[in-house]
Amino acid sequence: MKKQITISVNGEKHTLEVEPRELLVHVIREKLRLTGTHIGCDTTSCGACTVLLNGKSIKSCTVLAIQADGKEVSTVEGLATAEGLHPLQEGFKENHGLHCGFCTPGMLMRAVELLEHNDNPTEEEIRWGIAGNLCRCTGYNNIVKAIQYASAKMRGEETPSTEPEFV
Amino acid sequence: MIPATFDYAAPASLEEAFSLLEQHGDEAKILAGGHSLIPMMKLRFASPEFLIDINNIPGLAHIKEEDGYLKIGALAREADLEHSELIRSKYPIFMDATKLIADPQVRNMGTVGGNIAHGDAANDHPAVMMALRAEVVISSAEGQRTVPIDEFFYGFYMTAVQPNEILTEIRIPVPGAGTGNAYHKMERKVGDYATAGVAVQLTLDGDGVCTYAGIGLTNVNPVPLRAARSEEVLVGHKLDEERIELAGQYASEDCNPSTDLRGDEEYKRAMVKVLTKRMINKAIERAKS
Repeated sequence: MKKQITISVNGEKHTLEVEPRELLVHVIREKLRLTGTHIGCDTTSCGACTVLLNGKSIKSCTVLAIQADGKEVSTVEGLATAEGLHPLQEGFKENHGLHCGFCTPGMLMRAVELLEHNDNPTEEEIRWGIAGNLCRCTGYNNIVKAIQYASAKMRGEETPSTEPEFV
Repeated sequence: MIPATFDYAAPASLEEAFSLLEQHGDEAKILAGGHSLIPMMKLRFASPEFLIDINNIPGLAHIKEEDGYLKIGALAREADLEHSELIRSKYPIFMDATKLIADPQVRNMGTVGGNIAHGDAANDHPAVMMALRAEVVISSAEGQRTVPIDEFFYGFYMTAVQPNEILTEIRIPVPGAGTGNAYHKMERKVGDYATAGVAVQLTLDGDGVCTYAGIGLTNVNPVPLRAARSEEVLVGHKLDEERIELAGQYASEDCNPSTDLRGDEEYKRAMVKVLTKRMINKAIERAKS
């Protein structure tokens, strides 16, 4: 009962045979070997598996690979370019927006869409914006700062020089 | 967790979808956003033999006003509501509700139609649709029928939608002047189901007399509940503190919450009362502005 699907992942087209019941996250990790996308809770709660599907952030543990047929998928592996890190990656690095790093790929991909809708979000908007992503290390404060840093940088403004908080 | 084996098709028209439904009967399930269905399939609470993905069917993703109705197509996502200028400017109750439904990623997939068609009293849109007196358009190979929201929910996971039918649209009468609405649910954390939730829509005439009241309750009854006695105590009167208190009291008496991890029955009744009063006051405030 396998079906053929074609998905574009980080700009590269892949034609694959999948069973309808295969989840998008499994295809990304196990068939395409892009293991930056993590599986955390496997129950649509933690957001570690967040990728972009046609530009919208989704939890790839709750989408069938076959639903992505003909669509574009973006994963954390596609964020950095030859010129260097994506402003969000730089923000997380500069502001200690991660500790163990498990939630980070999902946080980054969610934040990409958040900044696309709102290029200058308030702290409250950022916190609502990442409500579907759990982090058990940072207490979120430095993640919020990392996203603020990226938002300033992407607007061409000076990046905030606040000291990271250690909690 | 991986769902049990099933077969899948993504038809390009409603006609094709109906013929697949005809062929597979109640072994088939409709896939829209999939954010209730796929988790259930992963947990093996549901194991349909066939999924009919309706996402490739054009003409189902609209959110528009037409012929005196706000029409929400079966494929309109929660995120589409959030980002719709029409909804932002004219239907604040949906802005209240969508913000509290799951999280942004889920709202990018989950549909309003699916939230209702799932038939779960813990979902948020059923109570909102009761407050707004929505109608549900259900289509099949035989044609279309329209079911008032009060007659839509049969029981736990059971609705008026039959195995050969698809929910295709929700219609909400465009509210007249002097109308305000509001929704809030108490949740323990983001993405949780409601401990209790209350949706209110009110219309006030020039003298401040209430000419319409719709009140729906979330997750405090086996099926989504209209707080009918609360509505009756408001309509035809100026809304003073005493009437609002009574409306809250009736809602808390008429619901039927069950004790669970979110609280015991008495607590939930108390929360229904508080939320009903608050949402009435918020709706009045919005009706006047």
